[in-house]
Amino acid sequence: MNDQQNNVSPDNDDIGEETRLRLYRSQLEIRQLENRAHDMFLENLVKGTSHLAVGQEAIAAAFGVAMDSEDYTFCTYRGHAHTLARGASMTGVLGELMGRQCGLLGGKGGSMHLTDVEHGVMGSYAIIGAHLPIAMGAAWSAQYRGTSQVTVCFFGDGTTTIGAFHEALNMAAVWKLPIVFVCENNLYMEYTPIGEVVPVEHPAADRASAYGLESIIVDGNDADAVYRIAQKAIKLARDGGGPSLIEAKTYRHYGHSRADPGTYRPPEEVEAWLARDPIPSYRARLAEFGIGEEVIEAMETEVDAAVDEATETAKASPIPSVDIIDKDVWADGGCAWRN
Amino acid sequence: MAKLTYREAVAAGIAQEMRRDENVVLIGEDVAAAGGVFKATVGLLDEFGPKRVRDTPIAEQAILGAAMGAAMTGMRPIAEIMFSDFLAVCWDIVANQIAKTRYMTNGQFEIPLVIRTANGGGSRFGAQHSQSVENWAMAIPGLKVVAPSTPADVKGLLAAAVRDPDPVIFFEHKALYATKGEVPDGEYVDELGKAKVLRQGSDVTIVALALMVPRALKAAELLESEHGISATVVDVRSLVPLDTQTIFAEVEKTGRLYTVEENPRLCGWGAEISSLVAEELFYDLDGPIVRITTPHIPLPAADNLEDATIPSVEKIVQTIRETAG
Repeated sequence: MNDQQNNVSPDNDDIGEETRLRLYRSQLEIRQLENRAHDMFLENLVKGTSHLAVGQEAIAAAFGVAMDSEDYTFCTYRGHAHTLARGASMTGVLGELMGRQCGLLGGKGGSMHLTDVEHGVMGSYAIIGAHLPIAMGAAWSAQYRGTSQVTVCFFGDGTTTIGAFHEALNMAAVWKLPIVFVCENNLYMEYTPIGEVVPVEHPAADRASAYGLESIIVDGNDADAVYRIAQKAIKLARDGGGPSLIEAKTYRHYGHSRADPGTYRPPEEVEAWLARDPIPSYRARLAEFGIGEEVIEAMETEVDAAVDEATETAKASPIPSVDIIDKDVWADGGCAWRN
Repeated sequence: MAKLTYREAVAAGIAQEMRRDENVVLIGEDVAAAGGVFKATVGLLDEFGPKRVRDTPIAEQAILGAAMGAAMTGMRPIAEIMFSDFLAVCWDIVANQIAKTRYMTNGQFEIPLVIRTANGGGSRFGAQHSQSVENWAMAIPGLKVVAPSTPADVKGLLAAAVRDPDPVIFFEHKALYATKGEVPDGEYVDELGKAKVLRQGSDVTIVALALMVPRALKAAELLESEHGISATVVDVRSLVPLDTQTIFAEVEKTGRLYTVEENPRLCGWGAEISSLVAEELFYDLDGPIVRITTPHIPLPAADNLEDATIPSVEKIVQTIRETAG
């Protein structure tokens, strides 16, 4: 295990002010937008279901900052965070959650399928585990075409129990593919503690050796720690060193989905993890590294304003035209199955 | 024209496309060094090398996931699922991922891939290596479904499937691999979504697919020579897109429709064609539509049991004799 320590002092900063501000901003954008989505759910403006990543922002933000613009991201149904972290528009994300024309998917996909190819977000997949083999395929493609693109594939601890996880890890390792598998271990497989359904303490890291990979565990609530490990794994993949499997320990502040108040979690556990909220602690670190309060506040004001503006723009966007229902089953734009 | 076996036509079709486009690659279990368990990919590793013709682990989700991820990012993969029965272990990737992703993302992706798979019975393999599952694929919006009956169609339709910008499931019939036929030399590309009229008659129209096509042709000969019934035979070739125009035109001429299906009875492809004909050609029909199918059972293995199950030439002749009056 190589749990990342934050033993870097302001005098010996390996990350730097500019990157730290990007990391903070990205976390903040995700937090504010997720909370806005939560509020709008209560107003019945966001429909269907949604799986919020509040509490888990540091992981998405750190990888988002560490990746190149040409790299590929694959997300799960809890994918708003990773989509935003690659630069997708807030209006596009909120609009999709609301079923509006301005949505990233024009209203056809919904919360669980956010995709933004232009920003390297190759989809959010709502069948547990399915996207690991697909992400592996994108990595194979990059290797085959010699593009040096790296694929990052996010998934939860519950994914480590499904067969597709094993199939993808095995083939990625055998083919030495440029991919980073990131397990966000938030301790619960939906409503069930992960410890009740896996026989090992670390559902991803303890399996790494089965694929000849290093066992990597990182504090998923520390954006700097995740950023460092992300850089390392991405570089390894880009340099032809093959895949990595990273287990980032974190906690979701809300329940599994809209329908779940999360009451199965012991209050003292929730309290302990809320005290480790990645955002206030990162804010404190910015101050520790000499970033002025006025800079931080200005950024916070900007992010709040951006979320407000995205909300209003999405609200003002028309609902999708029913004309799109029979569009884009096929590449010719249509859905004809007969002549 | 050269005389090739159905299995040689598979390799010929793949090779033609791989020579043309370096983004065409082939993956699957034992497709490279072994040349495929049905020997349908013999010679491809030698010609194109291990980067483009790649053996995989036994991992059907990984095989089709890899193909999908590659297709989404600019490649044109051909992935083999050794037996079509095995599609059941990776059906999520087929039905939920490959088929839906373009639509769900509002057209952000094209997914130009081909899933080749050995389909159908007649080999005494038992119920887990013999099913005809083309009707599973036909039921999923977003998949194109092709099942050739001759070596020429294998080469031409496989080339068309590789060039198609959408996902295509290409059902090769394992009982046809050893059959021979003329195949056009040089570059040969057919068209998806076109049925073929193989025989013109005046009394009944028989619509068949894959292994059922040669049986329908043989049955038509016997009906003509021994029973004075003149039959048209249409090879559907492509279930999606479905060439209803060709089928309708032939049903209009004879007023009788028989489908010959190897898939089990319920929701077989013939049910869809029958329903379309009933809705749109009702007043051109001179009698009931009749479906000749495998019964709604898992396939048995023993020679006589399997033979009694899958529609045979005799079964086709008998059914048409009894109902075509």
